[in-house]
Formats: sequence, C-alpha cells, structure tokens
Amino acid sequence: MLRYVLSRFATFLPTFIGVTLISFAFIRVLPGDPIIVMAGERGMSQERYDELVIQFGFDRPVLVQYWEYLTGVLQGDLGTSYVTKRPVWDEFFALFPATLELSICAMIFAVALGLPAGVIAAMNRGKFYDRALMSTALIGYSMPIFWWALLLIIVFSGNLGWTPVSGRIDLLYYFPDTTGFMLIDSLLSGQSGAFTSAVRHLILPTIVLGTIPLAVIARQTRSAMLEVLGEDYIRTARAKGLPPGRINGIHALRNALIPVITVIGLSVGTLLAGAILTETIFSWPGIGKWMVDSIFRRDYPVVQGGLLLIAVMVMVVNLTVDLLYGLINPKIRKR
Amino acid sequence: MDHALSKEVETQVEQRPGRLREFWFYFRENRGAVFGFWIFVAFVIVAATAPWIAPHDPTQQFREFALIPPVWQEGGNWSFPLGTDPLGRDMLSRLLNGARYSFFVGIVVVVVAASGGILLGLLAGFSPKWLDALIMRLMDIILAFPSLLLALVLVAILGPSLTNAMIAIAIVLQPHYVRLTRASVIGELGKDYVTSARVAGAGLWRLMFVTVLPNCLAPIIVQAALSFSTAILDAAALGFLGMGAQPPTPEWGTMLAEAREFILRAWWVVTLPGLAILITVLAINLMGDGLRDALDPKLKRS
Repeated sequence: MLRYVLSRFATFLPTFIGVTLISFAFIRVLPGDPIIVMAGERGMSQERYDELVIQFGFDRPVLVQYWEYLTGVLQGDLGTSYVTKRPVWDEFFALFPATLELSICAMIFAVALGLPAGVIAAMNRGKFYDRALMSTALIGYSMPIFWWALLLIIVFSGNLGWTPVSGRIDLLYYFPDTTGFMLIDSLLSGQSGAFTSAVRHLILPTIVLGTIPLAVIARQTRSAMLEVLGEDYIRTARAKGLPPGRINGIHALRNALIPVITVIGLSVGTLLAGAILTETIFSWPGIGKWMVDSIFRRDYPVVQGGLLLIAVMVMVVNLTVDLLYGLINPKIRKR
Repeated sequence: MDHALSKEVETQVEQRPGRLREFWFYFRENRGAVFGFWIFVAFVIVAATAPWIAPHDPTQQFREFALIPPVWQEGGNWSFPLGTDPLGRDMLSRLLNGARYSFFVGIVVVVVAASGGILLGLLAGFSPKWLDALIMRLMDIILAFPSLLLALVLVAILGPSLTNAMIAIAIVLQPHYVRLTRASVIGELGKDYVTSARVAGAGLWRLMFVTVLPNCLAPIIVQAALSFSTAILDAAALGFLGMGAQPPTPEWGTMLAEAREFILRAWWVVTLPGLAILITVLAINLMGDGLRDALDPKLKRS
C-alpha cells in the first residue's frame, strides 16, 4: 500500500508543478502588456510604468519570476485583483462555499435519483423500465445544460412562478454568513421563511447542475450491476434460495458500488465546469460566475489564481479517489 | 508449402464478410443507434445544403416582422415557418445554417484532437520510459483543468471567435485520445504478431502505423463519436457565454445567448436552437453507443 501511495504522489507532484507553470505562463502569454492592461483606459506615465515593471519583477529572469511565483503560491499569495484590489485567495474562499453548497446538493440529487434508476434498469434488463430509464439518461447526458436551465426558468419561474430566477436568497433576509452555506446560515439566523427562501433558490440550479452527473451515474450503475449479476457468487446466492431483494440489494449492489463511487469522485471536474454555466445563468455568487466575470473584466490575476486553485482542487480530489480506490481494491495496488 | 499455406489463408480471408458488412450487421442490432445514424445523416445533409434550402438569408433582418411566432400559433406567417427572432431574422434559416457551424466544429475538433492525440499516444506507447512519462504528465496537466474552464481561458488568451473556440476545445479533448491510444498500444505490444513483425524486420514507423495502429482503432473511433458531440456542446456553451462564434453568426449557442432576454416573451427563440443542439448531440451519442457495441465487444455495455 505504501508503494502505491508513493507512486501516486510521484505522479501528483510533477502535475502540480506543471499546473503552476501553466497558470504562471497565463498572464505572460496574453496579448498585450499586463501592466498596460492593468492601467486600463487612463494610461500611465513612463516613470510609473518602469516603477511597476520593477514592482512586479518583470525585469528579472523568467526563472526567478517563476520561483517567486511558486513560493508565493505555496504561502497562499495568489496576487491581488485588478478590480477589487483584494487578495485573490480571500476572494476565492469567500465565494467557494456557495459553489460547494450547490455542488453538494447537485451530487445528492444525482445520486439519490441515479442510483435507484440504474438498479431498477438493471433488474428489468431489456424490458420497458430499462428502455425508458436509459433513454431518459441518454437525453440527460446529451443535454446542453445552459438551455435546460432556460427551459426550467420558463416553466417554473415564468409560467408557474414557483421558484426565483437568480441569487441565493431573497433580499428581505439578512444575516451574517457564519458558515458560508446558505442553508445552514438561514437556519441559524432563526428568521422565519429564510430557510424556505434559500431552498427555493437552490432547486433549479441543483437540478441543472445535477442533470449530467445523474445521467452518468444511472448508466454506470446499470452496467456495473449487470456485470455483477453475471458473477458466480450471485448464482450461488440464488441457488441457496435467498430472496431476490436480498441478492440485488446486498450481494450485488455492494460490489456494483465500487465503480459508481469512482465515477462520483471523478465527476468533480464535470461539476465545476457545469458550475460555470449554471452559476452564470442563475447569478449564483460562486467561483464559476466569478471566473467568467473576471475573464470578461480582464481581471487577469483572478483568472490566473482561480485557474490554479480549481485545478489543484480537482487534482487533490482525484488523488483521494485513487487512494481510496486502492484501499478498497487490492488489485489496483498491484499494478 | 509455405506458399500453399498463405494461399489457403488468403481464400479464407476473402470468404469472410467484408469488414463494413460485418460492422453494419452488429450496428443494426441496436435500433437506437440506427435511428441516431439516420438523424445524423439528415444533419449532415442539412449542413451541406443549408444555403440552398433555407428560405431566407440567415442574417437578413425583416424589421417589420420582428418576433413573429411560428406558423401554428396565432399571428404566425407562412413566410417565416418557425417565426422570427427579435431582429426579424428568420428562425428556420438561422437554424438550418447553424447546422453548418456545429458540423464544422465537430469535424475540425475531432480531426485535430484525434490526429494529434493518436500521434502522441503512439509515441508514448513506443518511446522509452522517460518520454512516455513526460507525455503522460503533460496530458495529466491538461486533464486537471475542467474542460470548459480551460477552453474559456484559452479563448480569453486567443480572443473570442469560433476558430479559437475550436482550437481550445481540440486541445482540451486531445488527452483522452492520447491516453486511449497509449493504453491500447501497450496492450498490443506484448502480442505475438507484433513480435513477429519486429523479428521480420519491420521498422519503427511500420510497426507504429501499419502493424499496431489498425488494431487500436476500435476504441478511438468510439471516442471520436463521443467527442464529436462534446465538441458541439462545448462550442455551443462557449457561444452562449459570448466566447465562441460572435453575433450575427447563426451558431446555435450564440443564438441562445442573444435570445436570453426574451425567454418569457417569445418561447421559440430560446426553445428551438437548444432543441437543435439536443437532437444533434443525442443522435451522435446514440450512434456512439451503437458503435461501441459493434466495434468493441470488450467495452460492451451488456
């Protein structure tokens, strides 16, 4: 096991360095001089320009610049936003809970519906339910989620008036964000109606963001279940006369869950990519919208820092999934 | 004797049904896949003939006919069968022409990503360990970024346009081909036929492209179908975010972005472009599932 852990770390480190290299290079390959861009339309004098070149270290060798960038990153210094003048690190972690809350809800939604759908489809292989569920899953998998979001807004916000269109909570309510999670904070505030408002704001973004993971999980669960159901020990269990519910629910599902859990873990990247679109459409104040806004505002330090933090997050989750997978499945460790 | 044996083998090869026929036989089993295939054919035909079958020019503005609903609704007009958008442009013509852009995006992205990915994958599979490790770490780095985010940032660097969106998507999709090709190459390299080719004196290039590559193609073809649909989706998403094709290009994602403020007043300007994306992507994914079942029994989704 130690060998496996070490080998995984051995591939993690170079990738981490590569990711920092890319985010370091980002601001330098942009068309135009970053200092001129920062000055904006006001322009600046030559003296001020020279001063800033020295301040940002653009006059020193690239290698030295990279080294300083890397040591800065490791100490949590990701630069300052051109627009808000706040550290990128602080901005990221102020907005991150919103994205995390939305992603967790989306994942719960996806697992709660996808897992049973996959199991039901596998148990009715080739029959009506299987076809209906898997066709629906394929539609979900092919869905342009930005359009799906607009459709849901037309139906549920426009025609039925059930759900709000944007934001995390009605402006009526105000309370300090102790945890950053609106669902918990609204409960803690004790204001009546605050929690319901938070839930109503969450429903549509959750469905939109959870749709593709839901489809992937349903498909994966079905194929994993079918594979397991063909195994000898299932036949043994049947021959012993165990009730089908016990066979499917305990013997089969437990082993079918392993690949499904991997898929869930590895869909963090998908969730974050989906969060970019979902948050933009629903004006959800998370990191996805923050990144898109920053790209449009040419707030390059934010884009650079956000890119790095998101990539590192995805890498850490993938590493954890790999390690956990190695823990559950000895066959993987041997490779 | 040697000669006789090879002749016998040759006749046997001839008697086997053609590869394409065999493939079609298995592909036909999956009704959904065949359905998807015909929709895809229709999509290709529309993409090829759009300028001739579209009733109007997709960018021509009929100012006095802005936001006309489709014909079956009250106020519809037969000269604009699917209605008009806020600028009075004919929806049907725009949708038909939009197929061209999506098709173009799909083809270019798949060709660029697949050819680059296959080359790198072959290289990684055949090369010494350090080069293999280097290539694979590079791919890991690209894969560490969520695809849409990386594409967005690349477009921010290159400037928003459809061409740059295609370049960005191709870069983002390429690592999947590298991984897939490398994995199949490594699986094939240990087999006897490769060893015998090597012993017979086949050079590196011949080994790579003639001996090994054809046997690795099945999963790559499946991946090509799947990334065709991903490319269309991502290009539309970039267009929707304002980072892909720019107005007045009738690209489906861009059309959606332009129509956003009218969602509660005119359902057709929002519903139709998205439906076009969904149907195209769904058809390609159906086809992809069928391809997988027919080409690669190992990957068969039971």
